[in-house]
Amino acid sequence: MDKMFYFLAFLAILSALMVVLVKNPIHSILYLLVTFTSITGHYILFNAQFLAAVNFIVYMGAIMVLFLFVIMFLNLNGETEPQKSTLVKFAGVISGGLLLLVMVASFKKAVTIPLNTEVDTQIGLIKNLGMVLFKDYALPFELASVLFLVAMIGAVMLAKKDWK
Amino acid sequence: MDSVIKIIPLNAYIILSAVIFCIGIVGVLTRRNAIIIFMSVELMLNAVNLLLAAFSSYSGDANGQVFVFFIMAVAAAEVAVGLAIIVMMYRNTGSVDIDLLNKLKN
Repeated sequence: MDKMFYFLAFLAILSALMVVLVKNPIHSILYLLVTFTSITGHYILFNAQFLAAVNFIVYMGAIMVLFLFVIMFLNLNGETEPQKSTLVKFAGVISGGLLLLVMVASFKKAVTIPLNTEVDTQIGLIKNLGMVLFKDYALPFELASVLFLVAMIGAVMLAKKDWK
Repeated sequence: MDSVIKIIPLNAYIILSAVIFCIGIVGVLTRRNAIIIFMSVELMLNAVNLLLAAFSSYSGDANGQVFVFFIMAVAAAEVAVGLAIIVMMYRNTGSVDIDLLNKLKN
């Protein structure tokens, strides 16, 4: 099980790096798909089955297809890809690395939480999450539908050519 | 099947999420293509989701996973609107290069 964790973590970090590094936007999206796959694997590892299913359907199904569709629709490829100057790239990598350094250093100083073997591993199942979702979070769940309606109307309004 | 939460310490997930989040930040800072920047934001969002789900699982509290579910719902809505904005920007400027959007400068 721990080998599986290290493999998925390695895959996630490697493909996340490739998303940023490769020039062609299509390849970038495919590497992002690999990253999402490994994050779905992580969800399965800590038995969050509902989140794994939702991540699989929403991120890898809907969002990735939307990205891929827009990239192909706008006909973008590696030749038309705008590049920042080397100085800006260098500064970006340095500042990102410094942030990572600060975060990791603070986690090293933080109190380590001991592994709790008594914890309930069944909370991520659909049955338990559904009970929580519809008992305690029924109102936010309904409000999310309003949010989707607003997003749908907004997207149609933005993409329409001349709003007369 | 024995769950990973009894073998791997929580710190491993914190470090993993921090690394993915920082890669997303580097992507936002170093790329000029608006869609790639948007994808880097998605990467950061996913790192946060992973960490929230990990904390939730390690403490045996289902509320965190419900929050991750809501974050995913908001992210889906955000992607639809954001990509519509990028398509509109492409129609107006003929490019998705964010460095062309500097009208506020002068």
